[in-house]
Amino acid sequence: MSVSPTQTGDHAVTRKNPLALLFSGSSGRSIGLVIALLVLVLVGIITAGDRFANIGNVLVILRLASIIGVISIGMTFVITAGGIDLSVGSVLGLTSVVATLSWVQAFADQSSWIVMVLIALLVGVAAGFVNGVVIAYGGVVAFIATLAMLVAARGLAELLANRNTQVLNVASFKAVFTANFLGIPVLIWIFALVVAGGWFLLNRTTFGRRTIAVGGNAEAARLAGINVKRHTMYLYALAGLTAGIAGVMMLGRTTAGTSTHGTLYELDAIAAVVVGGTLLVGGRGTIMGTVLGVLIFSTLTNVFTQNNLSTSVQAIAKGAIIVIAVILQQRLANRAPKKKDPEAPAPVVAPSRRA
Amino acid sequence: MINDDHATEPLLSVRALSKEFSGVRALAGVDLEVLPGEVHCLLGQNGAGKSTLIKTLSGTYRPDGGTITWAGEPFAVSSPIEAITLGIATMYQELDVVDGLSVAENIFLGHEKARAGITDRRTTHRLTRELMTRLGHPQIHPGTEVGTLSAANKQIVSMARALSHNARLIIMDEPSAVLDSAEVENLFRVVRELGAAGIAVIYISHRLEEIRQIGHRISVIKDGRSVANNLPVETTPTSELIRLMTGREVASVFPTKPTLDASAPVVLEVENLELPGVFSGVDLTVRSGEILGLAGLVGSGRSEILETIYGARRADSGRVRLGGKTLPAGSVQAAVAAGMGLSPEERKSQGLILDEPIYRNVTLASFPRFARGGLLNEGVERARTREQLTALELRPADPDRVTRTLSGGNQQKILLARWLLHGTRVLLLDEPTRGVDVGARAEIYALIRELADSGTAVIVVSSEIDEVLGLSDRVLVVADGRVLHDGPADDLTESAVLDLVMSGVAA
Repeated sequence: MSVSPTQTGDHAVTRKNPLALLFSGSSGRSIGLVIALLVLVLVGIITAGDRFANIGNVLVILRLASIIGVISIGMTFVITAGGIDLSVGSVLGLTSVVATLSWVQAFADQSSWIVMVLIALLVGVAAGFVNGVVIAYGGVVAFIATLAMLVAARGLAELLANRNTQVLNVASFKAVFTANFLGIPVLIWIFALVVAGGWFLLNRTTFGRRTIAVGGNAEAARLAGINVKRHTMYLYALAGLTAGIAGVMMLGRTTAGTSTHGTLYELDAIAAVVVGGTLLVGGRGTIMGTVLGVLIFSTLTNVFTQNNLSTSVQAIAKGAIIVIAVILQQRLANRAPKKKDPEAPAPVVAPSRRA
Repeated sequence: MINDDHATEPLLSVRALSKEFSGVRALAGVDLEVLPGEVHCLLGQNGAGKSTLIKTLSGTYRPDGGTITWAGEPFAVSSPIEAITLGIATMYQELDVVDGLSVAENIFLGHEKARAGITDRRTTHRLTRELMTRLGHPQIHPGTEVGTLSAANKQIVSMARALSHNARLIIMDEPSAVLDSAEVENLFRVVRELGAAGIAVIYISHRLEEIRQIGHRISVIKDGRSVANNLPVETTPTSELIRLMTGREVASVFPTKPTLDASAPVVLEVENLELPGVFSGVDLTVRSGEILGLAGLVGSGRSEILETIYGARRADSGRVRLGGKTLPAGSVQAAVAAGMGLSPEERKSQGLILDEPIYRNVTLASFPRFARGGLLNEGVERARTREQLTALELRPADPDRVTRTLSGGNQQKILLARWLLHGTRVLLLDEPTRGVDVGARAEIYALIRELADSGTAVIVVSSEIDEVLGLSDRVLVVADGRVLHDGPADDLTESAVLDLVMSGVAA
């Protein structure tokens, strides 16, 4: 076959415009986010000076980011596969309640707090599996299935906790989760481990490849022999697992289990994932982008708090960031050599600009 | 028929048209002349510049050089709306109708008959009925939701829209690609009627036999240049057209069939397969090295039979045996594990992950094999993909290229590469050459034959009967969910197959 103009066309464009090259592709999108984060940091330094720019405050930001961050990693997988999980926030609440109750009522004296942690993780995974089964085998749309779980898990948590906050009084557990390791709080270490694990799982394993394939074209994946239903189920179980981990982290931070833990966290997680550059329609996901998305939001919160601005103003700024980030992403995505019509030889942007 | 001796003033005249995108010449000297009432066929391989030419004529792109004369006037439009107002309508391959709107609303989309912002439903419906009658489809009701119509009828709606703008030239980009034989006949009738009414048509198709039936003159472009203009349809041999398009001599499109080895082992046996309401009582066998063709119209159940054998649909009853082993119903995983592969009907929506690099599509069925303990080995994946691309003569053999940027023929090769790499004993091919240009078709036919020669059992489904007959050793004729005929391909002709199909539907 002769070389069609398409091939040379794409290369020609990227060669001509190094800036476009820099901003296209997944690393390019991350660069955009890094710039956004740096701008926020700069604003923080200018407005709050040393109150903002010190190690202690940086750790505050990271600690703030860690719990949402862990959930966001699970969410990245689900969204990359073309799904959504609205239930992670209330599953977090449920795990915190079940874990506390199990400790208070059953194991308190006989066993290690590790059993309690395992129970929390198990509850998260189980809730995720229920989501997965309902979606993959019940044929319910992910939005609806996980919306149902959002409502039901919160209800179950309230029922179990009897609308009380259960205080957890386990010295060893508290000691571990409030400790510092190499000068960095344990919560941040957990976040870092989940990020590293998530990155590896998505980019280096068959599990990750299947996730991208299912999100990119579920029917093509199915017809190539991939068990799409089973994989979908695993993905929601994974999201549930991260909700369980976040539940334990929440227990560590607050030393109390309550059904209101994690309220609206699902929205923060989705926002972070989408701002990070993972496509809501699936097929492309970036763990690093998600991390940057989480950091942008927690830095924003910190800058606002440092300047004694109200949370309402902060919410407005968050909303604006989401919209701006998504618009920018779409612009950059259009610039990448991606065409609907394989025969048309040029990128959309070039001719219209000249016209 | 147009008579060239008449000094008819051309409706459209294109001279030395050029168009450049960021330094790449998409068009580098295209000439085209279309007479009123003429069906002018435009031929060219994928990437030859047909789409750019169409988009220039329809006002989407502005040319960089050359002249366009429309009805004796210089043509300078900068938007599709202007082109439509001048009388140039374009029917794109992916039909641009809105499924959620009614037939009438679609036709008058953008130029609604309205008074003070309130649409005049009665006038709109009356005009729609007139247009439908004119197009020979009075049965299409103006109020029907377009989403419920067949592809063929959607096309009629698209044509009615063109006529509603008083089009004098309609550009049709592969209008027959989504139609089956009977619907194509109907399309031809409409096109002939348009011609009789003095409306010119630029007709683009990869199917040369269609061009013979309705075209008047042919122009060929290659690599953005005109290589032949105004060839008479009746007297230009097919081999000449292929040579012009590809720049190569092609002796025959279809590879020669070897004498079949009657002692070759039966690889695939299907017994009494049934999917209620779609097909029933399907028996078939395929030997190692044999190409079995399934011929039938759209809706005959031919694709469904293939998908059910593959396990993508769960059979209600019946048995599929591969190498003597019965496969569980409704399990693609089991079929793939046993050595079956499917290249699905809709290459883009069912076969490929378009935004992923080539190698991930090629290894989609086999990447776990290269992985160790769940860890991907992308180096090996790329190397194996490169080997396949080289063997299939797909250039450049770059495993990291985004699949979307490939032509239809090369995308089909990616699907073949997937199963070649995986290693299949039975390969099921549904519409292997849809949207693939003539030059690449011959290559794909040759590849399929090579695969069979290496011992693979192949089943081919196609809406093009001549393709099924030309490629297959044996042909099953399917109509209405039943197998009507099972015999050697060489004993059948296209009209014999159509007769069988028609009598089968009637019976």
